[in-house]
Amino acid sequence: MHKCDLCDKSAVLHDLVLEGSQWKPVHLCEDHAQAQGYPGSGEVTTTGKPVTEKPRTGTRKRLAACETCGLTLALFRRKGLLGCAECYRAFEPHLEPLIGRAQGGATYHCGHVPEQKEAHIDRRMSRIRLLKELNEAVSSEQYERAARIRDDLQLLEQKIEVEKD
Amino acid sequence: MVRFNESGPWLGEEGPDSDVVVSSRVRLARNLDGIPFVNRASDADRNEIVGMVRRTPLFATDGGSLRWIEMSDLDECDRQQLVERHLVSKQFADSSAARGVGVSEDESLSVMVNEEDHLRIQTLWTGSALTRAHEKVAAINRELESHLDFAFNPRWGFLTACPTNVGCGVRFSVMLHLPALRITDELERVRRSAKDLDLAVRGFHGEGTESTGDFFQISNQITLGISEDDLLQAFAEDVVPRLVDYERSARQLLMEKKLSTLEDRVHRAHGILGNARMLEANEAINLLSRVRLGVSLGLLESISIQEVHRLLLHVQPAHLSALKGVALEDDESTRVARANLVRGVVAGS
Repeated sequence: MHKCDLCDKSAVLHDLVLEGSQWKPVHLCEDHAQAQGYPGSGEVTTTGKPVTEKPRTGTRKRLAACETCGLTLALFRRKGLLGCAECYRAFEPHLEPLIGRAQGGATYHCGHVPEQKEAHIDRRMSRIRLLKELNEAVSSEQYERAARIRDDLQLLEQKIEVEKD
Repeated sequence: MVRFNESGPWLGEEGPDSDVVVSSRVRLARNLDGIPFVNRASDADRNEIVGMVRRTPLFATDGGSLRWIEMSDLDECDRQQLVERHLVSKQFADSSAARGVGVSEDESLSVMVNEEDHLRIQTLWTGSALTRAHEKVAAINRELESHLDFAFNPRWGFLTACPTNVGCGVRFSVMLHLPALRITDELERVRRSAKDLDLAVRGFHGEGTESTGDFFQISNQITLGISEDDLLQAFAEDVVPRLVDYERSARQLLMEKKLSTLEDRVHRAHGILGNARMLEANEAINLLSRVRLGVSLGLLESISIQEVHRLLLHVQPAHLSALKGVALEDDESTRVARANLVRGVVAGS
């Protein structure tokens, strides 16, 4: 029987998470499973094996799933692929740290925007996002990246000024 | 049977820095809004994706720039030839789902439909030509964007099946020939530098393949929080020149300190290729790599880089099978055919 990775209680959830390019086993007790965003309570799995889409026993509570394509969080963790665009909304709390690790800490897009989408994007939101990225870059001493973000920010502020006029 | 060009845009004429940089590639990952990603798509979804992409002017029968190749219409040999020409991935060639690829006449542009993402748009050029390749792929992307609605979210950018490809969804990659760094035992230094710069180092046929003939594909892994232009600038103006310099310094060192060893290595390889009666594919590629080094350094003048490049393509199993009518498997008759082909060029040159 595995102990919880975070305390001495017995683990009731066994899963795999992607760290960089390596899958790492995770064992959590009920309290820590809930704290980490795994919904439900009670026995999750006692198989000692990674959670699979089809439970081996009837004791496992259903994990989070995308309402649009039906992909479960467990299946995503196993295959590493999302099922549709809506999965990004459904699994956002889980994707944020994973993408951040894979993308050198970045968690916001700042590149090309399709023309037909551009009009719908609130430039003020983009400004807040860039300011946040700028802070992160400066605090982690990534000065070249900070300079690029500052340039993007200046361009954006010019666009906002033009729109005001 | 699909008719291919004698060579490909990445193995043809010499391009900038082609002593070290064999080819440059830019690839964009895109998905259509409102349709499940390929791994969750039904057969009807996949057919709809193919239909939507083929209705764009790129594929118009009168004046479209891409010809459509339906993968299910091809035999194993043709599918593998597309992989060997770097026009499709191995995973794409081996899949059984509805899928196809649009290819331009000179093969410098290809659009895979229903790979891991709905569209994988790529351009490929000989030598160090990332800027040129990017201009082309960006123009195609703009054209497709005016006809197709791509899955996009302001925070994550272009949405991809693998969440680590989000953002601008672009992959810049170069195929480098690094034989001198292998001889001087400095490849580990390159791997460390690449890791520090968040770059991936892959083998001759991309993801999941080992290096053959000291050919390596180097590509970016970061796609979020940075624009395509900034990525391109960092890659083309810093990363690639730095790696080219490493290799050239190692070649210079060998020319100054180990000339006899180097000459022996090059001419021995040339001698085997000109006389062997049986050759395995990887053996041929490894020997051609040494000959390529010799030609680049002016130690061998009887064969051109273009001829070496053509052989590098034609000794691979599917191309050899199509050229000589031998089996795809590497049996005795295949090895004999390969040796005959190489000897005809090397000994005849």
